[in-house]
Amino acid sequence: MEYFDAIANMSALSFAQHMVNGISLGSLYALIAIGYTMVYGILLMINFAHGDIVMMACYFAFFGITAFHIPWYFTFIITIILTAILGVLIERSAYRPLREAPKNSILISAIGASFLLENLANYLFSGRPMRFPDVPLLSQNISIGGIEIQAICLVIPVVTILSLVVLLHIVNHTKTGMAMRAVSKDYEIARVMGINIDNIISITFIIGSALAAIGAIMYGIRYPGITPMMGVMPGLKCFIAAVIGGIGNIKGAVLGGFILGLGEILIVAFFPDLSGYRDAFAFIVLIVILFYKPTGLLGEKTTEKV
Amino acid sequence: MLTWGWMKMLKVENLVVSYGGIEALKGISLEVPKGEIVTLIGANGAGKSTLLRSIVGLVKPQSGKITYEGEDITGRNSQQIVKKGLTLVPEGRRIFPNLTVLENLQIGAYMRTDKDGIEKDIKRMYELFPRLEERSWQMAGTLSGGEQQMLAVGRALLSRPQLLMMDEPSLGLAPLIIKDIFSIMQEINQQGMTILLIEQNANMALKVAHRAYVLETGKITMSGTGAELLENPEIKAAYLGKKKK
Repeated sequence: MEYFDAIANMSALSFAQHMVNGISLGSLYALIAIGYTMVYGILLMINFAHGDIVMMACYFAFFGITAFHIPWYFTFIITIILTAILGVLIERSAYRPLREAPKNSILISAIGASFLLENLANYLFSGRPMRFPDVPLLSQNISIGGIEIQAICLVIPVVTILSLVVLLHIVNHTKTGMAMRAVSKDYEIARVMGINIDNIISITFIIGSALAAIGAIMYGIRYPGITPMMGVMPGLKCFIAAVIGGIGNIKGAVLGGFILGLGEILIVAFFPDLSGYRDAFAFIVLIVILFYKPTGLLGEKTTEKV
Repeated sequence: MLTWGWMKMLKVENLVVSYGGIEALKGISLEVPKGEIVTLIGANGAGKSTLLRSIVGLVKPQSGKITYEGEDITGRNSQQIVKKGLTLVPEGRRIFPNLTVLENLQIGAYMRTDKDGIEKDIKRMYELFPRLEERSWQMAGTLSGGEQQMLAVGRALLSRPQLLMMDEPSLGLAPLIIKDIFSIMQEINQQGMTILLIEQNANMALKVAHRAYVLETGKITMSGTGAELLENPEIKAAYLGKKKK
């Protein structure tokens, strides 16, 4: 009953407001979740450093604008490039040497890479929260039909959808994308076809990290407090988003991102008392969905070959 | 006997391969002359697949030498090896189930850049295997076993190989389909393709092969022409299910 009362007490306007917030948060989760799912699809490992890559991207953009005074649009492009390079560097140094090692080793290495980035950022940038610079237009509040929203909230879903369209085109309609899909199913035979596995893996990390950077920049504009640990919670949630969507499946990651983002905002909106449990929501959803669909919403059944 | 090096497309000398300390191949040697079908028969676990895997660079041999067209390819990586014109139709077909039939063919031509040539070859494959054309847009994972085997052969041919290596093409297929696959294999061979065929189905393999080797627990125990081995009483008893006379 409480639920219906809450809805009844909510005006259409504030509901619209929450929806806008939820959709923009969901879009951000979706962008970051794609990185988890793509790396898993190819390497069958969880890139625990992915959330910290998001954090590093925020710092790149922060220093580009505040310390180097590069115009914001250039900074964003440089940020995307630097983050892609960072992603490839992590893969080369932390994951590639362990290609033939047991899966657990590479997982531990991923956790190590994550800690390294967090502590490196703490050492270099200090743990003091910094304020992501205001970006003209995007950081401003605008009011549409009575609801007051930050302009970036309108940009986020559009950028996310565009990124997704480009990504799906690459994966489904290019030679490289075809090779990526082949590598994700059968390493050895892909090799016999003459595919350079290392290149394909690098490309996967470039794409995943670039999408994380795009997400990070918009995240920074939307939630401007940046700290070395800021990537942990979103990273965890996006990983969950990828899992509930069916890990390895790009559309699933997007779906999962939206479910978590929207759900998180709406729970807080409908049940303000529960706002302290906001972060727990993701885990509850994870448990419930995995209980009924262990491979995730869009995940395929896999039979592991012994 | 003619054993001039240039006549041998593929030459394996004293190849030793081991997995975790256990020798799967204990120093085997064989030769594949240009234009022939050479078959290697043997029971499960004799090391047949290991041989093919080491030829295409998926397994690094302990010692020994693999020469292809006079060039030492031992221990090279797969990409370099297949570029030279070898290709593998793997055991259990291993087509890419998440790619369409057409994409599976296209990925066979991954290293080629001649778009027109690739398209022509895909058309040729569709003529050779009309079933595949009907299913061009279907995910390859939905094909039947026989169709998957045809796709695996088509995929391999799209790299325009000089040497086609087939690992147990008859595995798990109905007798009628096996017959089809073998007649297609002979047809391709008559058009000039050299084939190294690995089979458990010794009867079929020996009938089509110009030359045959018998592999037993990592060692070559017998060799000769296909016809010779078919008549050999020991082979008959061990592999063809006929009693010694």
